[in-house]
Amino acid sequence: MKTLEPILEEHPFFRNLEKCHLELVVGCAANVRFEAGQFIFREGEPADQFYLIRQGKVAIEISPPQGEPIIMQTLSEGEILGWSWLVPPYHWQFDAKAVELTRAITLDGKCLRKKCQEDHSLGYELLSRLVPIIGKSMEAARLQLLDVYGVKPRAS
Amino acid sequence: MIHPMVPEVRRIKRVYRENHNTVTLAVEAAEAAGPACLPGQFNMLYAFGVGEVPISLSGDPAEPGVQHHTIRDVGAVTRALTRLKRGDSVGVRGPFGSAWPIASCRGRDVVLIAGGIGIAPLRPAIYALLRERERYGEIALLYGARAREDLLFGEEMELWRGKYGVQARVTVDSAKWDWKGNVGVVTALLPRVRFDPAHAVAMICGPEVMMRFSVLELKNLGMEDRNIHVTLERNMKCAVGFCGHCQYGPTFICKDGPVFSFDRVRSIFGVREL
Repeated sequence: MKTLEPILEEHPFFRNLEKCHLELVVGCAANVRFEAGQFIFREGEPADQFYLIRQGKVAIEISPPQGEPIIMQTLSEGEILGWSWLVPPYHWQFDAKAVELTRAITLDGKCLRKKCQEDHSLGYELLSRLVPIIGKSMEAARLQLLDVYGVKPRAS
Repeated sequence: MIHPMVPEVRRIKRVYRENHNTVTLAVEAAEAAGPACLPGQFNMLYAFGVGEVPISLSGDPAEPGVQHHTIRDVGAVTRALTRLKRGDSVGVRGPFGSAWPIASCRGRDVVLIAGGIGIAPLRPAIYALLRERERYGEIALLYGARAREDLLFGEEMELWRGKYGVQARVTVDSAKWDWKGNVGVVTALLPRVRFDPAHAVAMICGPEVMMRFSVLELKNLGMEDRNIHVTLERNMKCAVGFCGHCQYGPTFICKDGPVFSFDRVRSIFGVREL
């Protein structure tokens, strides 16, 4: 039977991951697909998964009270979706919805946490890859908050 | 140009409504054979009785008899300009300032990063590059705007993508579900386009904070400061380096800029007091 190891190895998130770590990770992985418009997860639900996007586009949404949901970010091929599986109390903070047909590898968050607990070098490796992505996401959120393209009234 | 400080009265040949607050005025070119316009340069446009503002040229520099200016309604003068109609008159001084380094792009990949109305000053550079498409490698255009309704030049973007193989990517800061494109900051598009950072030229135009992050990302990818070009904006009044209103450290934006290679402004770029 073909395993997901070659696919994981090719994904930018796991590129150059040591073989021993890849073998640990692949045991938590499964293939998934989402149709356009299908929710991948909803805010407040248990965050038990983490996704490597292989194809398609995913929207991260937030719903203001009594308002239409707002898309704050889209993610596509080569990117990862979700890190709440790593942060207690392991609940999703936003909604994620497939904008178009999306294929991904899902990694079981509980399984990964257990393996990271047992093998700290795997934990360190995963965090080293996740933290820059989290950092970039924070930076992007700050920029969006600045509303740099907004019209600021001025004399001329 | 009669004299750099004397506006020439010119007729508006056409008005294009680009979106809810932005228009492009196609203004007749100077009668006398004035200096040729270069991509990146700007004119001072005078709305009679209201005031004068610097507006970048946004059309094809090779198109004879006309100069295009894309204007967003953000204040008294720009509001007056965006309300002008075909056949109305406008005062014009220019063109002024430095240009995008089109010649130095030959044989190299080109990355254009635009934010908001910043797509307008980059459009003449795109026309110039596409006129001799075969001379350049990959051309990537990354364009960020606040929302879908603020986007400019959508049809042309399709043409550039389809006919000329431009890797045109668009993103908005936030969107509703009817938008199927990208959402997020413009720098997030950089990993999604092909170019060789070691042999590329980058041109960036947009809000300064967006340019700062774009420069940082390009440098992280290995681009050298001298190959990154930014266009700056300050309070330009005389446009010829006399009045000092647009002084930026040791330079005048109107005369030495608005286009600078990043190595020239690196030490003062992002200094809050400037």
